Parts: sequence; C-alpha cells; structure tokens
Amino acid sequence: MLKTKNDPLHKSDPAYALIFIIPSIVVIAFVAFWPLAQTFYNSLYKSALMFPQNKVFVGLSNYGALWQDPRFVNDLWNTIRFTAWSVGIETVLGILVALMLNKKFKLRGLVRAAVLVPWAIPTVVSSEMWRWMYNDNYGVINSILMSLHIVKQPVVFLAFPSTAMPAIISVDVWKTTPFMVLLILAGLQLIPEELYEAARIDGANAWQRFWSVTFPMIRPTIGIALIFRSLDAMRVFDIVFIMTKGAANTETLSVYNQWTLFTRGFIQPYFGYGSAMSVMIFLIIGVLAIFYVKMMKIRLD
Amino acid sequence: MKHKNFRKVIFYIGVIIVLVYFLFPFYWAIVSSIRPPEELFSSHPSLIPFHFDFESYVQVFTERPFALNILNSTIVAGSATLLCLVVGSIAAYAIARLKFAGKVGVMILILMVSMFPQVSILGALFQILRSFKLINTYPGLIIPYIALTLPLTVWTLQNFFRDMPHELEEAAYMDGSGKFGTFWRVILPLAVPGLVATGLLTFIFSWNEFLFALTFEQIPSMYTVPVAISMFTGYYVVPWGQIMAASVIVTAPLVILVLIFQNRIIAGMTAGAVKG
Repeated sequence: MLKTKNDPLHKSDPAYALIFIIPSIVVIAFVAFWPLAQTFYNSLYKSALMFPQNKVFVGLSNYGALWQDPRFVNDLWNTIRFTAWSVGIETVLGILVALMLNKKFKLRGLVRAAVLVPWAIPTVVSSEMWRWMYNDNYGVINSILMSLHIVKQPVVFLAFPSTAMPAIISVDVWKTTPFMVLLILAGLQLIPEELYEAARIDGANAWQRFWSVTFPMIRPTIGIALIFRSLDAMRVFDIVFIMTKGAANTETLSVYNQWTLFTRGFIQPYFGYGSAMSVMIFLIIGVLAIFYVKMMKIRLD
Repeated sequence: MKHKNFRKVIFYIGVIIVLVYFLFPFYWAIVSSIRPPEELFSSHPSLIPFHFDFESYVQVFTERPFALNILNSTIVAGSATLLCLVVGSIAAYAIARLKFAGKVGVMILILMVSMFPQVSILGALFQILRSFKLINTYPGLIIPYIALTLPLTVWTLQNFFRDMPHELEEAAYMDGSGKFGTFWRVILPLAVPGLVATGLLTFIFSWNEFLFALTFEQIPSMYTVPVAISMFTGYYVVPWGQIMAASVIVTAPLVILVLIFQNRIIAGMTAGAVKG
C-alpha cells in the first residue's frame, strides 16, 4: 500500500467521513437507540398505550413484578427450550447437508438451489404452509401417519403441549437449516484438499478424517453460525404467532411481550409493564451476545 | 466395487430425502392451491392432483385487497432496499477507505443494531412513529427497515471496498475527482456485484418482515403481504385454498429471484460470517 505524507487520499478526512456516515447514524439513532431509551423511560411508569397522559411513576417496580409473573418466567423457559432444540438440530442437519453439498455429484446444483427455497420464503408463509400440513382433519402429515398405521386417529398437533412445541421447532428447523448449510459449506470450501490427502496417507477413515480435519477447520464457522442463529431464535415471534398464537404452552417472550404492549396495554395500564419486559428481553439477549463475542475472541486468539 | 455402489446408493437416497424435505411443503402449497374444494378438504388427499381449480387465485384478488397488499410490499421493500444501499454504501466506503477518529466506535454502533431484539423497541418505536404521524404510512415501515438492514449492508460492502486496489482512487484523484466523485464514478460501479447481493438480502428481509408490519400498519389497505396473509384466518373459517394461493403468489417471485441470483445471494449471506 502506498502511503506518503503528501498523498491527499490518505490524509485524515473527518469532514467527508462525517458526511458519509451521518445518514446511517441518524437512521440508526431514530429507529434503534432513541426507542431503546424511550422503552426504558416507559418501563418506569404505569401507563396505557392510548392514554400516555395518565402515567404514574413507579420506579423499578415493573422489573420486580416481572420476576413474580409466572407467565414471564414460563415463557422465558419456553424461549430457551425452543432456541436450544432448534439451533441444536439445525447445526447437526446443517453439517450433514453441507458435507453432502461439498461433494461433486449430479443434481448438486439442484439441491443447492432447493436448500435456498425455505430460506427465501416469508416466515409467515412457511408457517401457514406447515400449519396446513399439520391440520388434524385435512393435513397431509396426519394422512400419511394414518396410512402407515403409525397413528389410529388424527393428531391435533398444535393443540397439545407435548406436540405443539416440537411442531413449531420443526418448522423453524426447516426454515433456517439452509442458513446453516450455506455458512458451513462456505467454511468447508476453504479447507485445502492436501489436508485430506495427508490424513488419508496416515490411514484415517472417513469418520476420523471428519473429526481430525473437517471439524476443527469448520469450528469457527459453526461458532459464528451458532451465534447468529441462537440470537435470532431467542427473538422468535412469527412462527409462534402464526401457528398457535402462544397456545398449548408454546408462548415465547416476544409473543408475550407484543401481546402485553399492544393488546393488554392498549387501554389497560400495562404498557409500562410491557416496556419493562422489552428492556429485560434486550438485556437477556445482550448478555448472551457479549458472552458469545467474548467466547469467539478467546478462540480466535 | 459392490461396496462402492452400495455407498453411492445410500448417498443418493440421502440426496433425495434432502430434496423432498426442503421442497415438499412448497410443492404441497402449490398442489393445495389448485385443488377443487371437495378434494382440498379430504382426509386422505392424493399426493398428486388430478383435478384443477384456480378459483382460489381468483378469490384472493376479488374477495380481498390482495393486489393492493402486493403493491404495498413492493413499494416498502423496494424503497427500503434502494435507500439502504445509498445510505449504507457511503458509510461503508467511509469506514473502509477514509481516515477518521472513532471509526471502530461507528462500526460497533452499526453492528450492535443487528443484535437488537425487534420486540424490545416495538412499543417505543410505535409511540415515536405515532408522534411523527407515520403510523399507517409507507415511511413508517421504510425507515425502520433501512435501520434493520443497515448493519448487514455496511458490513458486506465495507469488506467489498476494502478489497479494491487503492490505485483506482489514486488515479481518479490525480484526474481531479473529489472524494465524492471518486466514490460515485470509480468505486461504486466496481461494487455492483456486492450491491446486488446486499440489495437482494435487504429486499427479501423487507418483503418478509412481519412484526413491525403488523404493528405499524393497522388498516387493511396498508397491510403488507405477510400481514395480509396472516389475517386471512377468520374466527370461524380458515380459507386454506386462498391462503395457499396467496402463499404461492408471493413466494414464486422470491424463488425465481433466488434461482437466478443464487451465487450472489450465497456470497452475500456468507461474506460477513466466514470472513469475520
């Protein structure tokens, strides 16, 4: 890189930088940081969305009430359960499909394109598609299960806690495994062929090659994919909202929060309480994010 | 030899399972959308349709303002994408190529937004948009979408700009171009592949977004496509034929887009993650 003192291009140019960066900062401040500050302010009051003038200052008591609220604690647990299962399954499936796509075979282009389809479909649409397939009277899943004599009577998948959460998780797995696949595939393609050659010469079988060569090489990529996906899964809203609206013990934090803010807190004084929940969700995800970033840094060193 | 063939068979069975798994729900939506009602509501639907009925497609457009919903989504997602590329590309250029204090801080600030849970700012953002009279308007969705897609755009594009040779700008600068002229005439045209990739991701995100659209657009004539489809389900009837028809209508363009630009999209998706 050329660098000379008189080179005008490399001189410090804060004025231009400011002009180039200000639009981004303004948009982000308006949409993210101001609302975040406002949410915290709201959380200190007892208020309803439609009657902002009738607010009463209550300090931090909304936060205390949050941990006394069994529904909040239960939904936090649901969210963690959802995240752990879907991200776990997606990672395993993602590695398997990525390993498949890393081989040369007929139909490879087709499979790679097919993998992108669920990712591109709006979550609302994929949830509706699966809700139709899960339907108890006319759904194809029940039809197949009954034809194969696996069940005698149609299962009302989305009505019972024992089946509703797994049904929702399976939709999320279908929808987001593609993201895992493509990230891991990109990681796989960076592995030099010589490493496999060397392992083969050492007499390693396929399984040993995976654990001694492939896995260590794609571990950073998997780490990053895990971060993105689990932060995303902790925020899950669309799938749950469309499939069950939170019934059958599938309610997650975002669903409860949205309901508290805009249904319960619309005219009743629960908007401030909902805002405290919003702040708490932000903190939970923030702590998780910082934890992840720290972990990755250590690994990179 | 026999052993090898056996493994090949197993491998291709795996390939077929993967194909069916990822494509079947979409296939089933198409099939369901073109079934006559008496076959749609049968407890043992045939896996391959024999009779066709396009009534659901007609109903979606005649019984509902679905054409308007598509228009809304197109305007919102299109504007958000274009504006995000303009705002994001200049910021990315500044971060990649200009020298100024606090660069790391700016980058962290922008990336932080990608970790924001949308629901955490939902209530307050509603209040703020309401005070600016932006509820039930296009800008009321476009502005939030720009902010939400900005982190990915800036991150991907600054990687792109960083990889370009400095000689390009130096030559332009010698020819008397200013900072902005250099960026506009020399750098931006070279970044077209990166712009296409991030633009596609931004468009798909904005087209698909649900929570903000549900909250900030509260009258049916302003609904975007995902919100409109979610409202098809009534208290007593679920018009499955129409839901499937609408799903196919809005998904088909995305699938075509994905098939045409799959390499660009994959590059965009993986750029940040694998490099960073």
